[in-house]
Amino acid sequence: MADTLTIGGKTFRSRLLVGTGKYPDYPTMVRALEASGAEIVTVAVRRVNLDRSKESLLDHVDPRRYTLLPNTAACFTEEDAVRTCHLAREAGMSDMVKLEVIGDEKTLFPDTQALLAAAKRLVKDGFVVLPYTNDDPIMAKRLEDAGCAAVMPLAAPIGSGLGIRNPYNIRIILETVKVPVIVDAGVGTASDAAMALELGCDGVLMNTAIASAKDPVLMAEAMRDGVSAGRKSFLAGRIPKKLYATASSPLDGTFF
Amino acid sequence: MEIVLNGETRAVGEGATVSSLLEELSLPPTRVAVERNRVIVRKTEYGATELAAGDRLEIVTFVGGG
Repeated sequence: MADTLTIGGKTFRSRLLVGTGKYPDYPTMVRALEASGAEIVTVAVRRVNLDRSKESLLDHVDPRRYTLLPNTAACFTEEDAVRTCHLAREAGMSDMVKLEVIGDEKTLFPDTQALLAAAKRLVKDGFVVLPYTNDDPIMAKRLEDAGCAAVMPLAAPIGSGLGIRNPYNIRIILETVKVPVIVDAGVGTASDAAMALELGCDGVLMNTAIASAKDPVLMAEAMRDGVSAGRKSFLAGRIPKKLYATASSPLDGTFF
Repeated sequence: MEIVLNGETRAVGEGATVSSLLEELSLPPTRVAVERNRVIVRKTEYGATELAAGDRLEIVTFVGGG
């Protein structure tokens, strides 16, 4: 049976979700998206550029090929986040949103109180809500109880590349909720992505780690491989860690 | 008459609708969402929604983001 990821009734083969921001140019972004194998790509919602001589994102990202996941980046209040989601649904004709309510400019950590309040309203309005949250098992459970289709705990601050700072909390979140767990933000390199999947996460979402790498296309490929390796390791079941050695070669039949 | 479009004052003709404004701006309706005085205008209502002087419009679309 194919190993797939199902979110809000939609099934995907790729467990890597990628952003579309910060790329040096559109052609690099297009090639990186292809190399990543991602099927879900995040986008932001902003005022249109009235200067039509400038290219727009949708000239390069085909919504028939990729599932667009609009975010509520830069929203600091429940109200702004909910308003942004409604506009995103009207623009994209899809109910799936990445909900973030930012609590602080410097850390970009989520304001989980406002996040939960916004999530409840959006679920009631029929949205498939994927919330960016802290690596906090209690909040993850509350978001699940509120009807979110997945929970997306951060690995580390957005764009920091610090990797998974608290793998134990991520493990507890995995034991706490039944909805898909997608590590979102803070991943720096392929081993970070592999670790997320090895822990048992259902997916990983990243933008800066690929877009700001020296070679975004090669990094996208590395992330795809990291996610694939991590997932296979998880499914294969790793050996327990032990302090002392266990010989790999037989001790019987030695001639010395 | 004047409206405020994405925070900037703009002159539009009498009888202008959301549809005619999008056409004037060469914006494909499929790629945008429109809010008029903080209320979303559904795509099916673009043609029937006449603009009034002083209307505050937001036209948004998708841009790169994480």
